[in-house]
Amino acid sequence: MSIKPNTISISAEDIQSNFNEVNPGLTKKEAIEEAHRCLYCYDAPCIKACPTGINIPSFIKKIASGNMKGSARVIMEANPVGASCARVCPTEELCEGACVLNNASKPIMIGDLQRYATDWAMKNQELLFKAGEPNGKSVAIVGGGPAGLSAARELARLGYKVTIFEAKDKAGGLDTYGIVSFRLPQEISLWEVEQVEKLGVEIRTNCQVGKDISVNEIMDQYDVVVLAIGMGNVPMLGIEGEDLDGVYDAIQFVEDTKTKPLTDRFVGSRVAVIGAGNTAIDAATCSVRLGAENVTILYRRTAKEMTAYQFEYEFAKQDGVEFRWLTQPVRIIGDEQGKVKQLECIRMELGEPDASGRRRPIPIEGSEFVMEVDTVIKAIGQTRYVDLIEAFGLEHDNGVVKINEETLQTSNPKVFAAGDVIFGDNQGEAMVVSAAEQGKQAAYGIHHYLFGRKNESSLAG
Amino acid sequence: MADLRINLAGIESPNPFWLASAPPTNSGYQVQRAFEAGWGGAVWKTLGEPILNVSSRFAALHYNGQRVVGFNNIELITDRPLEVNLKEIYETKKKFPNHAIIASLMVEPKREKWHEIVKRVEDVGVDGLELNFGCPHGMAERGMGSASGQHPDLVEQQTYWVKEVAQTPVIVKLTPNITDITHTARGAVQGGADAISLINTINSLMGVDLDTWHTIPHVAGKGAHGGYCGPAVKPIALNMVAECARHPEINVPISGIGGISTWKDTVEFMLMGATGVQVCTAVMHHGFSIVEDMIDGLNNYLDEKGITSVQDIIGQSVAKYSNWGDLDLNYRVVARINNDVCINCNKCHIACEDASHQCIDILTNVNGEKYLEVREDDCVGCNLCSIVCPVEGAIDMIEIPSETPMSWNERQAAIKEPSCSSS
Repeated sequence: MSIKPNTISISAEDIQSNFNEVNPGLTKKEAIEEAHRCLYCYDAPCIKACPTGINIPSFIKKIASGNMKGSARVIMEANPVGASCARVCPTEELCEGACVLNNASKPIMIGDLQRYATDWAMKNQELLFKAGEPNGKSVAIVGGGPAGLSAARELARLGYKVTIFEAKDKAGGLDTYGIVSFRLPQEISLWEVEQVEKLGVEIRTNCQVGKDISVNEIMDQYDVVVLAIGMGNVPMLGIEGEDLDGVYDAIQFVEDTKTKPLTDRFVGSRVAVIGAGNTAIDAATCSVRLGAENVTILYRRTAKEMTAYQFEYEFAKQDGVEFRWLTQPVRIIGDEQGKVKQLECIRMELGEPDASGRRRPIPIEGSEFVMEVDTVIKAIGQTRYVDLIEAFGLEHDNGVVKINEETLQTSNPKVFAAGDVIFGDNQGEAMVVSAAEQGKQAAYGIHHYLFGRKNESSLAG
Repeated sequence: MADLRINLAGIESPNPFWLASAPPTNSGYQVQRAFEAGWGGAVWKTLGEPILNVSSRFAALHYNGQRVVGFNNIELITDRPLEVNLKEIYETKKKFPNHAIIASLMVEPKREKWHEIVKRVEDVGVDGLELNFGCPHGMAERGMGSASGQHPDLVEQQTYWVKEVAQTPVIVKLTPNITDITHTARGAVQGGADAISLINTINSLMGVDLDTWHTIPHVAGKGAHGGYCGPAVKPIALNMVAECARHPEINVPISGIGGISTWKDTVEFMLMGATGVQVCTAVMHHGFSIVEDMIDGLNNYLDEKGITSVQDIIGQSVAKYSNWGDLDLNYRVVARINNDVCINCNKCHIACEDASHQCIDILTNVNGEKYLEVREDDCVGCNLCSIVCPVEGAIDMIEIPSETPMSWNERQAAIKEPSCSSS
């Protein structure tokens, strides 16, 4: 789908249509033709490359044979947020990257096929799983994002009484609020939430643990707790002018495009996005779609060090986003009304590698310059809910909860953790699909802890 | 540029590609268009008593996204009046004097009926006759088609009646719906046939609709067996051609039919004893223009092989088609995997593991990468791995030097004879 050019003449309808899903999905014929290309490898590398271990050849062959419900079930069985992952996974780095056809011809479009199968299930309103026989144990899950939902789904199938505590209005976390609509419409994530709810899982939304319910109450009322609280907003840049009108937090900014009427205040404006991760790309492409005339991503290192996926980078370039490498903002300058007017930056050069293994950026003295901008969007990472982690009394490392990597049990045996709350240096990767797998593993860890059962053998269909 | 002309029992045509008697040869309009496209001959859709057809009448087998790997029909012989067909045959022959036009005939098993129709079609100038003893449906219920074709004596008898009056070569078209096609082929030869053509269609039921539970196709909710053809039947047809070609008593030319879609299929049929081929399903799928590549491909193939006339390849592989008892028991091949080409789909491993002799191991090299290796001592050379392998050149079947050749028949003979060395 082409987007409307970022001219002053852009209408509200244009802006609205700019946020429609970009990828139209495969047609039935395309899906079946593509499914027939799959070799149905034995011991297939794509399965191993999927963090949730979806039996990919199996679900693809089921598409080819016309067994759509079976196909969707294979996907969602392994990955309770498989419909979202079909859209947001970096497939070329995971399943499709491992496809044996990479060198022989071209890899199978696994992500698109996964979307085709899950879209079918969504359209046909199929309930793919059922709750297990009640086993008398209760679990509180703090956080209703991918990790929490995934844990809830598996626990419900194992017969647990599960309650999710979600601070926001809706569950789904990043999938519901944090990924731009033109890549992941909210209804996809909400369908996954509904699938979990239909297993009898109670989701208490607008319920912030530590405020609306105390940590102690949760610890007392439930046999086990899963901490799946994810991460918070973007940290402060720590420069002058951050409180000016026109400075946004990228996460909040993307969330607004998914939850509020789309604004026209960006039409014809100049936007600077600070940072070059996937969230920065999202903020930049949203700005373009909101009608911004000029969108520039500023990054203190080079293209080589940025954390955005290659396909995200390509996507942004196609949207006309400009990239300015080795550039760091030092001051946001406002006008008399307190609105952003300019951004002062300094040029950088790369020195020795730092703790992250990437070459450290060093300011070049006297290279300061000023850009004319109307909006500054910060996308330099995410803060952690250290207070809440500490309220649970868990050992952590700068907000990264310490766990037994096999069972996902924390320093408190009653508390398990999954998702971004355990993502950190040398511990996992921040992907929706990884969070889903951790949620599953936490559920199995709990089952083992309470009943001594290690695997998922007692799962309900 | 090789000479593509053939001469089948005296019927000459500019190339070996004929249209089989079927929907594509239903009218003068179609046959003339076909000749313009390059077809060398056409067997006019079977003439006989005007009959009634049903709707619908065709069905196809689609496999793994590939359309029309098999095809069937419950259509009968021509439903146009004989006079109309004869007039169009006459006009077509006049326009295309160098192309072969053969009239396919089917009448009741009565001498005077055969005599009458043979005279009438020969009067309009056909180059030959093809007796349809093959259609398995509809006409068979009236004692015609395969009802006759399944009885060698009836084939012989009716061929004989035709030969009593025929002035042009007589081809007898055989049904595959029989245990041993050489029996009916011999009947045809004994009746005086100048050539045989095979195969006609095979009894089939294409499918059942999963929602309505009707057969595919169905006529107002009811179905009947149809005649199966198309690429899926080629191996069956090729075997039957080969069995006839190598039979010492069946010493007449063969017109090959059954799943022929390309010049390659044609070469195979001709190597196995066919003098030319007849094509239908491929045309029904793609139209007359496919003959362009059939001619071009055959010509390039012959040029590449240094063969000046296509007739030189006829029957060249017949002697290689033998009996199991004559095969060398000591000949051995083993699979060898080329790991530079292998893409590690492991399909050979699981095929060998689940369905053959468990001799392909998944190993890990010093870099921790998986690779496959055949334990050649345990390999029986069944070919399964190389068949399931999706990559060209990843698995070779290697010939292993073996002891002196010995077939089962030779072995049995040796056991019966007293050994010289025994005291």
